[in-house]
Amino acid sequence: MLLNYLKITFAVLQRRKFFTFISLFGISLTLTILVVATAFIDHLIAAGYPEINRDRSLYIWNVKEKDTKNQGQSSGPISFSFINTYVRSLKTPAKIAAVSMPSTINIYLNNHKLNVRYRYTDSNFWEVTSFDFLEGKNYTEQNIANNDYVVVINDYVRDEYVGKGQPAVGKMIEIDNVNYRIIGVVRGCPITRIHVSSDLYFPYNTSKADLKKVELRGNFAAIILPNTPSDIPKIQTEFNVVASKIKLTDTGDKWFKPDKLYVSADSYITSFTRQFKGDGEDDGVGYFFTIVLGIALLFMSLPAINLVNINMSRIMERASEIGIRKAFGASSKTLVMQFVIENIILTLIGGVIAVFLSLGVIYYLNNSNLIAYIDLSFNWKVFSVAIFVSLLFGLLSGVYPAWRMSKLQVVEALKN
Amino acid sequence: MIHLKNIEKVYRTATVETVALNNINLSVEKGEFVSIMGPSGCGKSTLLNIIGLLDEPSKGKVEIGGKHTNGLPDSQLAHFRNQTLGFIFQSFHLINDLPVLDNVELPLLYRKVSSSERRRLASEALEKVGLSNRMKHYPNQLSGGQKQRVAIARAIVGQPQIILADEPTGNLDSNMGNEIMDILTTLNQRDKATIIMVTHDENMAKRTHRLIRLFDGSQVS
Ligand SMILES: Nc1ncnc2c1ncn2[C@@H]1O[C@H](COP(=O)(O)OP(=O)(O)OP(=O)(O)O)[C@@H](O)[C@H]1O
Ligand SMILES: [Mg+2]
Repeated sequence: MLLNYLKITFAVLQRRKFFTFISLFGISLTLTILVVATAFIDHLIAAGYPEINRDRSLYIWNVKEKDTKNQGQSSGPISFSFINTYVRSLKTPAKIAAVSMPSTINIYLNNHKLNVRYRYTDSNFWEVTSFDFLEGKNYTEQNIANNDYVVVINDYVRDEYVGKGQPAVGKMIEIDNVNYRIIGVVRGCPITRIHVSSDLYFPYNTSKADLKKVELRGNFAAIILPNTPSDIPKIQTEFNVVASKIKLTDTGDKWFKPDKLYVSADSYITSFTRQFKGDGEDDGVGYFFTIVLGIALLFMSLPAINLVNINMSRIMERASEIGIRKAFGASSKTLVMQFVIENIILTLIGGVIAVFLSLGVIYYLNNSNLIAYIDLSFNWKVFSVAIFVSLLFGLLSGVYPAWRMSKLQVVEALKN
Repeated sequence: MIHLKNIEKVYRTATVETVALNNINLSVEKGEFVSIMGPSGCGKSTLLNIIGLLDEPSKGKVEIGGKHTNGLPDSQLAHFRNQTLGFIFQSFHLINDLPVLDNVELPLLYRKVSSSERRRLASEALEKVGLSNRMKHYPNQLSGGQKQRVAIARAIVGQPQIILADEPTGNLDSNMGNEIMDILTTLNQRDKATIIMVTHDENMAKRTHRLIRLFDGSQVS
């Protein structure tokens, strides 16, 4: 029976080339966009070079103070001293790295300038991340103790400043009238690795800002890499206890006297989703995924409705076929099956086309310089999403019209 | 074999009400060859569709092979049409997307018959109607008479006990018409099929056991 359905399907698809083309075009285009979007979201969320420990790490980068009486609040990245005072006081063993938010600066070459991003980090930063050193090495605790003016650059800066593929370690680089010794060259990473990507990395001792100043807010983030992933909940609880004892900022402003503080050690994704919900108490993960799912559904529903429409008219056009089949013994159930299988085959073909199209788009994005260093991947997650969505499409757009038509009286169907 | 009791069929549209059949009582015995005649629009096709379980009467009972068919669920109706009935339509009703052989195989598709057996039976049926050289053609590559013969092959391929033929010779010249009548007569005599045939042709009607005349939805003889 199934073989027969397949045979009929291919006969029909072949004989109705225009319809087949329109359907396949719509299905594969939608799926391609969906797959590329999924690959992009996966790229944003999943661990990747050089943040390969992301899933086993905790992030603290935002602190929020709230004045519940005056309805005021203030929030922003934590300070370096916050990390030293509170985060480093955790008892559970873990590596704790401090890394500043990125800033940009111009480096002047012979006759053109290069706009680059830079960060200040501690030496632990190089242990919680896994950068590939093309040359040289990272700065250490010792460099910081010696107040060495050193810098780690990425291959982009090396290629521009020193020369493509030229050795750079030991060379001096002048930035903002200060000379730094290049100590290492890393393979760059895409800007989407929000806490670690940069062109230049300086040890924090070279920062002009007063990092010792006691304040909650600053421009740093802490990345905590526990010795074992099972320590994660322990660290989170421990940090909550620490956070509950933090003294709030005395603003001296009668309109803003914070009386509540929100700061927590979160997984990578939660550290962002928590910002969505205004109060900071809800981790926002559910909220975030509801929104993503909602957008995906909305996006999918348009082509799905369109497909239902195409199918409706296609099946209507075949009303007499339905009548004939019923007259010779096809039950409604059998007919619904036939049309649904036809549709699933169609969407699967569309799915296969979409797979190739998305491979092309992903290859293009990875190899063009639209986003430097981007490394989208077409992995099994994305693939299964594509297949699942194709099947869903096939079902959604096939069942309803088929069911409607199969309910027709035979004579009614034959009239068309 | 077939018993119709007080059959009435009314078509209602927003403005008019058409009584297509009015109080029809009819019995056809097993092995009978019955013809139905009457002017255009008198309800012949409607009656045949009701007997063939393709349409439901507005009132009355249809009993086929000792079974009441009113209100049977879809799956049982399908089974009945498949096993017991073979329909030849006034306007052929072939599936244009499928070649002749596949069209003829159709009733067997909904039975448990292997594909090679289907192929064999369908070719046999096409041979009976003299079309074995057109198996790979598509319906729109055939003449009217050839289409009619494909439709007959399809109706007989499953060897149903009852064959319902709606003007099977209506589109054909008298030579071809006689050939078709020969086929039906053979089916009736050799295979003991019960046949009900609608026709406009007195000569064809004369070759059957019994003639039923309809006028304006009522049986007049
Ligand atoms: N779906 C319908 N809606 C309304 N009226 C209908 C419908 N089908 C048939 N009729 C009417 O029912 C009557 C009987 O139609 P039917 O097709 O049975 O006639 P017939 O005897 O087969 O005619 P012909 O010899 O031309 O084929 C006609 O008056 C027709 O207009
Ligand atoms: Mg008629």
